[in-house]
Amino acid sequence: MSMPTTIPQPVERENYLNKEYGVWSWLLTTDHKRIALLYLVSITFFFFVGGFFALLMRLELLTPAGDLVQADTYNKLFTMHGMIMVFFFLIPSIPAVLGNFLVPLMVGARDLAFPRINLLSWYLYIIGGVMMMHCMLTGGVDTGWTFYAPFSTNFTNTKIVEAGLAIFVAGFSSILTGLNFVVTIHRMRAPGMTWSRLPLFIWAHYATSIIQLLGTPVIAVTIVLVAAERALHLGIFDPKLGGDPVLFQHLFWFYSHPAVYIMILPAMGVVTEIIACFSRKRIFGYSFVAFSSIAIAVFGFLVWAHHMFVAGISIYSALVFSFLSYAVAVPSAIKVFNWTATLYKGSIHYDAPMLYAFGFLGLFTMGGLTGLFLAALGINVHVTDTYFIVAHFHYIMVGGAVMGYLGGMHFWWPKISGRLYPEGWARLAALIVFIGFNLTFFPQFLLGYMGMPRRYYDYSHMPEFQVLNVLSTAGATVLGVGYLLPMVYFLWSMRYGKPASDNPWNAAGLEWKTASPPPTFNFDEEPVVTWEAYNYEELDAPHKREVPVAR
Amino acid sequence: MLNNFPLWPEQASTMAGHVDALYIFLLIVTGMMTLLIFTCLIFFAARFRHRPGVRAEQIEGSIPLEITWSVIPFIVFMVIFVWGAAVYFKERTPPSGAAEVYVVAKQWMWKLEHAEGQREINELHVPVGRDVKMIMTSQDVIHSFFVPAFRMKQDVLPGRYTVAWFRATKPGVYHLFCAEYCGTQHSGMVGSVVVMQPAQYEAWMNGGSTGPLSATGEKLFAELGCSTCHRADAQGRGPNLQGVFGKPVQLEDGRTVTADENYVRECILDPGGKRVKGFQPIMPTFQGLVSEEQLNALVAYIKSISADNSGAVGKTIKATAGTAAPSVQIQSSTQPKAQTNAQPNGSQVQ
Repeated sequence: MSMPTTIPQPVERENYLNKEYGVWSWLLTTDHKRIALLYLVSITFFFFVGGFFALLMRLELLTPAGDLVQADTYNKLFTMHGMIMVFFFLIPSIPAVLGNFLVPLMVGARDLAFPRINLLSWYLYIIGGVMMMHCMLTGGVDTGWTFYAPFSTNFTNTKIVEAGLAIFVAGFSSILTGLNFVVTIHRMRAPGMTWSRLPLFIWAHYATSIIQLLGTPVIAVTIVLVAAERALHLGIFDPKLGGDPVLFQHLFWFYSHPAVYIMILPAMGVVTEIIACFSRKRIFGYSFVAFSSIAIAVFGFLVWAHHMFVAGISIYSALVFSFLSYAVAVPSAIKVFNWTATLYKGSIHYDAPMLYAFGFLGLFTMGGLTGLFLAALGINVHVTDTYFIVAHFHYIMVGGAVMGYLGGMHFWWPKISGRLYPEGWARLAALIVFIGFNLTFFPQFLLGYMGMPRRYYDYSHMPEFQVLNVLSTAGATVLGVGYLLPMVYFLWSMRYGKPASDNPWNAAGLEWKTASPPPTFNFDEEPVVTWEAYNYEELDAPHKREVPVAR
Repeated sequence: MLNNFPLWPEQASTMAGHVDALYIFLLIVTGMMTLLIFTCLIFFAARFRHRPGVRAEQIEGSIPLEITWSVIPFIVFMVIFVWGAAVYFKERTPPSGAAEVYVVAKQWMWKLEHAEGQREINELHVPVGRDVKMIMTSQDVIHSFFVPAFRMKQDVLPGRYTVAWFRATKPGVYHLFCAEYCGTQHSGMVGSVVVMQPAQYEAWMNGGSTGPLSATGEKLFAELGCSTCHRADAQGRGPNLQGVFGKPVQLEDGRTVTADENYVRECILDPGGKRVKGFQPIMPTFQGLVSEEQLNALVAYIKSISADNSGAVGKTIKATAGTAAPSVQIQSSTQPKAQTNAQPNGSQVQ
């Protein structure tokens, strides 16, 4: 090994960040940790693009009249907001950043099973992202992220094929990441790392990967069919050509419902790790939490038509899908109860990651319970396609997934960057996000039940909806501040933050038994695992501080 | 401004109370669940906060507890599921004898036509206390007919009929929204449902009608030459359509379908698709030759000649200029069985 640095004082150990410098050392890297950082930068960019669109929409809705932007512009705003947030931020967020960084570290491997495919998946993501940006800058799409046929196939004159192609390409990035995780988790666990010793973060990612592998091809097929109908006038979805528009919805939701679990399962994994660490306890009911992830992945494939209760499906099939939707709620409930029980007789610390985890628990619970309303057929008819839906899925996807993502970023930031972020600011940001989020989205539940349809840019016929819309817009600005803060102090900490020790939280898990930041091949010696996951009892034992991995 | 700030939508149909009751039940149930979880979270978080010298107590888990908190929620969920399904079945099953309104949606407008022949745009007048069945189709993309005060919503699809119904309970003017995103002026595709007292409604109904929809259909039936094969007096080259609507029909391929709105529509647009047993495939398609409104008129006509006691259907229609006659004509033409079958998408071929 060469000398790490020529600068004499503070001698920094060689790690994945300082091993090589220069653009190519990043763009051609096959190190899962560097690829994770490539993803981090790219998804952050898309998060703020998508967030900017959201803010413009909220500003438009401040007043009932459509006065800030034109109808077409507004339609493009919510379409691009949805497409970017779903396909270019939420789906890759935790898996491609934290999962990429942590899966090999947690199972005790030197890298993912296919490092080059991992890099390829980032390039596919970027190609998809560039296409999406190009599509956006040259006109955009106005179909809604759901691009329902026949509007998308024979009526809109916006760039639906280009946007579809962008999602198609990015979808392969998602498939390849899933493939890499599945193989890594099966084949590359360190000696002694049995399935029942795996951190629950890994179980969650395993379940996620299965959905990515099995679900994503279906959306790819759907996009191809839309393109074929649009370009070649094949009659697939448009009844004028002999097609069936409801078929489109079946295909679309067959992927897009499980896609919600691609977003939320990894966040559940993150929160599980955080709760264990900051209550200094093993997770209550480990195997129930692990298998509930798998159950969610499996049942998640069987509930898609609950998006279609008023779409013209048979009342009997609606019955089946309503029942199955309640079935999938059970494993989520099991998780929430187990997390809560984990706190019991713990020794709870309130560091920033834990605050995000508490935020997740609150918001996910509300999101999940409002799902019970939507799965009830009789209520669904009234609230579907209203702001009730918008509020519900934002509670899951933003309140749940983004809270989990931010919690994870804080928890593992010392490991990723080797630096500590300013704790006070981080706690403040968690509080601001929580308040801003509720202020933005809670009023939307009320709006939805009152009957305000989604995707309306002008509600001058129903000025009674204004008060709640003003509250929501006010909340969105608070939320915006809450999201900007972490970006600022994370960047700040990279230069000015205190250097982090290898294990600043005294947390369990192999990733904490190597240096911060880790060396390129993660462990100087292959770890041998002889303990259960979440062995906080041993870690907190007053005298013996076991360090199983020699460095 | 607070006058314009009610937090609860108005209840103006018979369904609204059912939906709200379930909604309130769910608010209570989920409120209790939330309270339980949040109380535990906050209590544990406070009670078991880190104290120097006190270590966490490791607990592996508890299978009885796991079973408890899987089974109890599941039972609660099943109660909600069954209740929700019961409300939904009521919502989705139009009662027999409902007055019929044909709806044609297009970007970005609602065109409505009463069976009595009144036409409206973006406005629907209905009397209090009468069941109204909407038979809806779209000329272009998918729309959705949504009246929050009635707690009623149904997507309106191109290429087929979907059905919804309501019974208004309170006079007033209520929002009508398009709830399925349909392009540029989606948020402009709004209108109102005007619920009137029966007397007022009759007065409104008597102003400027163009004659009942089925009469328009009858005229079209002759103009398009349908009547040369589908003869009323004898069995022609096509099946006699008297009394067919709402009854099962034996098809050439051995299947049996119910002659509902969607079936009649399909037969006009794609005559080869579900051909009646014993007839030659000689009927030309009318795809592109008849508008959605004309289709509705034809469907209404074929329904009208299936009214049970009608040897002389064409004549009874004349009475519709009077007050109560329309409901007489409609009552017998709609069998409940036919309407439930209008829902499933099983009736689609292609």
